[in-house]
Amino acid sequence: MNEMIPPKAERSAALKGLGTSRKRVEDARFTQGKGNFIDDLKLPGMLFGDFVRSPYPHAYVKSINTDAALAVPGVVAVLTAADLEPLGLHWMPTLAGDKQMVLADGKVLFQGQEVAFVVASDRYVAADAVELVEVDYEELPALVDPFKAEIKGAPILREDIADNLEGAHGARRHPNHIFTWESGEKEQTEAAIGEAEIVAEEMIYYHRTHPCPLETCGAVASMDKVNGKLTLHGTFQAPHAVRTVASLISGIAEHNIRVISPDIGGGFGNKVGVYPGYVCSIVASIVTGKPVKWIEDRIENLTSTAFARDYWMQGKISATKEGKITGLWCHTTADHGAFDACADPTKFPAGFMNICTGSYDIPTAYLCVDGIYTNKAPGGVAYRCSFRVTEAAYFIERMIEMLAIKLKMDAAELRRINFIKKEQFPYQSALGWEYDSGDYHTAWEKALEAVNYTELRKEQTQRLEDFKAGATRSLMGIGLCHFTEIVGAGPVKNCDILGLGMFDSCEIRIHPTGSAIARLGTISQGQGHATTFAQILASEIGIPADDITLEEGDTDTAPYGLGTYGSRSTPVAGAATAMAGRKIRAKAQMIAAYLLEVHDDDVEWDVDRFAVKGAPERFKTMKEIAFASYSQEIPGVEPGLEAVSYYDPPNMTYPFGAYICVMDINVDTGIADIRTFYALDDCGTRINPMIIEGQVHGGLTEAFAISMGQELAYDDMGNVKTGSLMDFFIPTSWETPNYITDFTTTPSPHHPIGAKGVGESPNVGGVPAFSNAVHDAFRSFGLTQSHMPHDHWRIWKIANDLGLHDK
Amino acid sequence: MEKMHLKMTVNGEEMETLAEPRELLIHVLRERLNITGPHIGCETSHCGACTIDMDGKSVKSCTVFAAQAGGADITTIEGLGNPDNLHVLQEMFKEHHGLQCGFCTPGMITRAYRLLQEIPDPTEEEVRFGMSGNLCRCTGYQNIVKAIMAAATEMNATKEAAQ
Repeated sequence: MNEMIPPKAERSAALKGLGTSRKRVEDARFTQGKGNFIDDLKLPGMLFGDFVRSPYPHAYVKSINTDAALAVPGVVAVLTAADLEPLGLHWMPTLAGDKQMVLADGKVLFQGQEVAFVVASDRYVAADAVELVEVDYEELPALVDPFKAEIKGAPILREDIADNLEGAHGARRHPNHIFTWESGEKEQTEAAIGEAEIVAEEMIYYHRTHPCPLETCGAVASMDKVNGKLTLHGTFQAPHAVRTVASLISGIAEHNIRVISPDIGGGFGNKVGVYPGYVCSIVASIVTGKPVKWIEDRIENLTSTAFARDYWMQGKISATKEGKITGLWCHTTADHGAFDACADPTKFPAGFMNICTGSYDIPTAYLCVDGIYTNKAPGGVAYRCSFRVTEAAYFIERMIEMLAIKLKMDAAELRRINFIKKEQFPYQSALGWEYDSGDYHTAWEKALEAVNYTELRKEQTQRLEDFKAGATRSLMGIGLCHFTEIVGAGPVKNCDILGLGMFDSCEIRIHPTGSAIARLGTISQGQGHATTFAQILASEIGIPADDITLEEGDTDTAPYGLGTYGSRSTPVAGAATAMAGRKIRAKAQMIAAYLLEVHDDDVEWDVDRFAVKGAPERFKTMKEIAFASYSQEIPGVEPGLEAVSYYDPPNMTYPFGAYICVMDINVDTGIADIRTFYALDDCGTRINPMIIEGQVHGGLTEAFAISMGQELAYDDMGNVKTGSLMDFFIPTSWETPNYITDFTTTPSPHHPIGAKGVGESPNVGGVPAFSNAVHDAFRSFGLTQSHMPHDHWRIWKIANDLGLHDK
Repeated sequence: MEKMHLKMTVNGEEMETLAEPRELLIHVLRERLNITGPHIGCETSHCGACTIDMDGKSVKSCTVFAAQAGGADITTIEGLGNPDNLHVLQEMFKEHHGLQCGFCTPGMITRAYRLLQEIPDPTEEEVRFGMSGNLCRCTGYQNIVKAIMAAATEMNATKEAAQ
């Protein structure tokens, strides 16, 4: 009998479960041009909406004349704030407890702000009519520099709340001030730094940039007046949250709203926010009774929807002469633009910036963040990041380098001295987090060995000598980074968005013939959920991944969840998937025991079946169990085989990694040639190594962009200087380097399968590695801090400022 | 605006439609002919999501007016293969994980299809240079390059075997 049962390993491999580099099931449609993106959607009678936008960063809107626009054949409506006001929709709540104008209500506060919404028969007619809407503006002085927000005579931006001294996150000290948020021990930290033998102090700017997914934001709203149902299709990273928000602000009952996220062409945080385009599409559909499509163009995307970063971080770090860190202090001035529309859990107005103690055992720390209004677009989303973790990681990894300079110490050694040790986990950080697991020293040594660090430093020293001798014009930079992320938001006890707890969910239905469908509260934007979540399930319930359909993004069918951003899908929805799978298995065990005529406890799980303990030839496969659940009366057991899990994570997960970048910099051209980029990631249990590697490549390339050239820049007047792909740097295949990927595996102790999430790690760790390499090249000439992005001009300027062009 | 009568061959099929002369070819394809494989990612000809093959050249269809496309012979991603007979590039992009969100993929593969006719046995450098008009935000290009190199190898092997 026994020989008839295929060996465990063979059966296990057939499942394509955890740890398999399973090819993606999504690829068939995308490689054949059969994706289903928002702009592909065409509904009968559909109209097209387009915005009139402000050319001014700050101005009063004196009047809007829509007559000429309305006279254009094909124009159906032109909406202004006056039209939205009776519906209470001229303003909308932001995710950060502020409110934002949907259409300019007497005033505009940033260049590109939405002023009027033209609805027409097609996009060309709409664009023609946009040009004919006459808006009379009275220009006001613009506030661009957040450090000038509170000086005497500064223009007051938010006149609607100028007298409101209490904001969503506590006291406001000035009309242009949003909040002050503190974390840690101020006095203790300042005392530690005051007494310290060595202190490094620096202002570190993490510049404003933009997630810029290749597909812009868009929506198609369709109000069915006969049935009273609104269907809203759109580029939503959190479809369920959008449904709830849409219900709250429109007054349409939530059961009458169906939100559908189709295929999403990249998100990176850009598609978390709720934008005026969504609201205007809904209103326009209600007003016209027809479906209304709104699709951003690239300029609109860069200038009006969800920027990222823009943190001015003043830091102090102290240490003993031997290099043991004694304290970390940070004051951040956060430029939030015209409305506080940051996407952060409610209790964290500066996100998880207080993970800024990084990978190090720092006894005391203090962080203070001041949010400031300026005449720039609202946003502050986590661009491939878990709520300001990128800023935190950049801050600490730059401060470590600065401290190494003060200590005249090798920066790799300084990190080694200060890492949290393996045996200290779970580790309580000075700023209040409990790191779940880590083994930083092992990862670090593996990374240093992989790149042959000692030899690299020798080569660098030789290069420097050659440079000084005039034998070369090239310097060598070695950029180190050891980052710790905090992802998987998060426990309902301290994480919510607009009051909605940040759990996530999975519902599984096993079909009679033994295949299955699973639905999740998340939504893939390229991460390959349909591939990887099926793998988690395959390992849990013994049904081949190929026989499991994954569905996300339709709020009428999927269980409620908070969506995909902040690397939360694997830590939260992945956990829900495993837990729902375990419920299926528990019921399957009862059915198997009944069929095998033994007690429940007398059967055991064996890859894809339950077998009688000690008699493996007596078994029921999941396929047989599934059929029995639909076809037989089983006493005490309900028919069918389904389960749902809503998973509230007990803690965040803390992925980490060791990255090393080696570059050769030509001091005369400022061109940095990335010679080696080595990335070791520890994301706990690895679900699909192929997809992990792909995520790392992509995240590193976004890090390369941000650190080496990508910037959402404004001039002193508040004009956007990099508002299209003419100026906003997206690396091509030509300049993007190749990467070497590696890993260690330290499972999360509290996650059902030990996974931690990886999508954002490479962006979080990549930026400091690239930036540190640039700084390292010039370390021996006295460079401490030079702000990103390190484009050719800025690198040339570093060399020039250091007098390297005179030689 | 007055519409013009437009005739072209798309994926081997004669097609005709009415369109304003100023309409961009990408809009004609996507909205009048329902060929939604090519996408729109910018309006400055940088991203290449709208890449099609027109009269034997890779063309960014957001930079071509409808009026310029009369009589053209156009191939889009939809014309490269079909579910029962995929183009080698379509297979290799999946095999080497050369896509993630899939938005750039139709333009990417359509450009690679022409590149491999221009340079049948390219070096990595030639692939990187030849593909540099097509942006991808997800993959970091490493696996796209790998997929194209692998497709070239396979196509050349098939050609050799046939000779």
